[in-house]
Amino acid sequence: MVTSRFIITVIGVDKIGIVAGVTRVMADFSVNIVDISQTIMEDLFTMIMLAEVKEENFDLESFQKAMSGKGREFGVDIRVQHEDTFRFMHRI
Amino acid sequence: MLIHPEEILETIKMVSSENLDIRTVTMGISLLDCSNPDIDVLNKNIYNKITEYAHELVKTTDEVQSLYGIPIINKRISVTPIALVAESCNVADLTSVAQTLDRAAEDVGIDFIGGFSALVQKGMTPGDLRLINSIPKALSGTRKVCSSINVATTKAGINMDAVALMGRVVRETARLTADQGGIGCAKLVVFANAPDDNPFMAGAFHGIGEPECSINVGVSGPGVVNSAVRALEDPSLGDISECIKKTAFKITRMGEVIGKEVARRLDANFGVLDLSLAPTPAVGDSVAAILEAMGLESCGTHGTTAALALLNDAVKKGGSMASSSVGGLSGAFIPVSEDEGMVRAVRRGSLSLDKLEAMTSVCSVGLDMIAVPGDTPASTISAIIADEMAIGMINKKTTAVRIIPAPGKIVGDMVEFGGLLGTAPVMPVNGYSSEKFIARGGRIPAPIQALTN
Repeated sequence: MVTSRFIITVIGVDKIGIVAGVTRVMADFSVNIVDISQTIMEDLFTMIMLAEVKEENFDLESFQKAMSGKGREFGVDIRVQHEDTFRFMHRI
Repeated sequence: MLIHPEEILETIKMVSSENLDIRTVTMGISLLDCSNPDIDVLNKNIYNKITEYAHELVKTTDEVQSLYGIPIINKRISVTPIALVAESCNVADLTSVAQTLDRAAEDVGIDFIGGFSALVQKGMTPGDLRLINSIPKALSGTRKVCSSINVATTKAGINMDAVALMGRVVRETARLTADQGGIGCAKLVVFANAPDDNPFMAGAFHGIGEPECSINVGVSGPGVVNSAVRALEDPSLGDISECIKKTAFKITRMGEVIGKEVARRLDANFGVLDLSLAPTPAVGDSVAAILEAMGLESCGTHGTTAALALLNDAVKKGGSMASSSVGGLSGAFIPVSEDEGMVRAVRRGSLSLDKLEAMTSVCSVGLDMIAVPGDTPASTISAIIADEMAIGMINKKTTAVRIIPAPGKIVGDMVEFGGLLGTAPVMPVNGYSSEKFIARGGRIPAPIQALTN
């Protein structure tokens, strides 16, 4: 892995406890939040986090599974994507 | 945050609702060192080489897909044209080589393997002829093998003997796969100026100037371009071109990051990024829809060729700014059966075979996934191929024909292929004969454009 920064997006209908639930999973996987922003866009709750992982052999697959599992629980869509996805598309 | 939330959401929307995907990661493998006069040894060499190089392809591609969160739809392999690899085998029927490719493809878990191919633009060797004659059986007896024959180049002209032969081969391939609507023909392409590094099927093969192993990536996204154009408020055509360019830029950047990472992990050369707007049967993921978004009532009406020229050029410009590795076909594809908007246009009578032919002179490929009546004479199919090859030869560009004479079907019928191949409406062909012209054979000489040295 070149760098280990991920963009985590949570999109869906707002519910009590989403932030707590999501950050709990992140803490369990030792994923650090570098930056966080939250807004309501087109009536949808939208939370975007820049997260960082220090571990060399981070188990991305299990983390993604746990996060999307949490998303299903709250009825929201959670994606974990490498930062480069967005950096390459929008920055030269 | 380094990246603006709106940009992040734009990317996510492209994937979740506009069908942005990496259409294919295609591994090119040279089989030149597999050659052997004994066909059993040849088959063994081919199987071993493909499985050795590609056994991690699917796993690696899946890992990269989840790392970046962008779907990679197909994993494919292209190999050295088999006519070259099998030239020294004096065996009339090369079906067993196609079966070997199929088995290797199955065992490494990929979707398609291309390269049951021959390059015969100036003439055919005995090996080329054996391969071409084996195509109908090879394609009807395998599931994942794709075949392509290059019959023309700007430098060599058009090999009309090969064109005549291919008309008969297309007919025979349709006959042998009649129980599935002639699907064998969907895996068979006739080319002019075929690129050596195209990752898209059915025309992918690993050209002779290519390295031992390379990764070529095909990115697609008609749905994204369609949405971007439709979001513009009363744009001029210049605004539309600018918008398509920017969108193509973003899509290409995405493909590049993925291609490089896959190549790095597999220790292969990163070859080309092919940015082609390849439609899928999904509603809105359509090149016809983009043309209609520009203001045409229905794709195929007057103005369609101009609109397509604008689209194709803007895609190339955006792509070439985004990556130094843009290659392959890179432009807009107009396969009829795979594009829901094209199918609708044919059914409502606004899009004809003749208009499609005109459109191919300004876009990246050719007459693609077109169903014609099952009783279309082989010479008419050859003549359709010849016309298309002439457009490629004179305009120094790739053109191709992938045509399906659907067995037992007549004009107006629909042929269902399923999956990405979609549904093809059977289109009418010109009823007047081309028989005598095609029977003349020989070669249409290289045009004056060839004399560039």
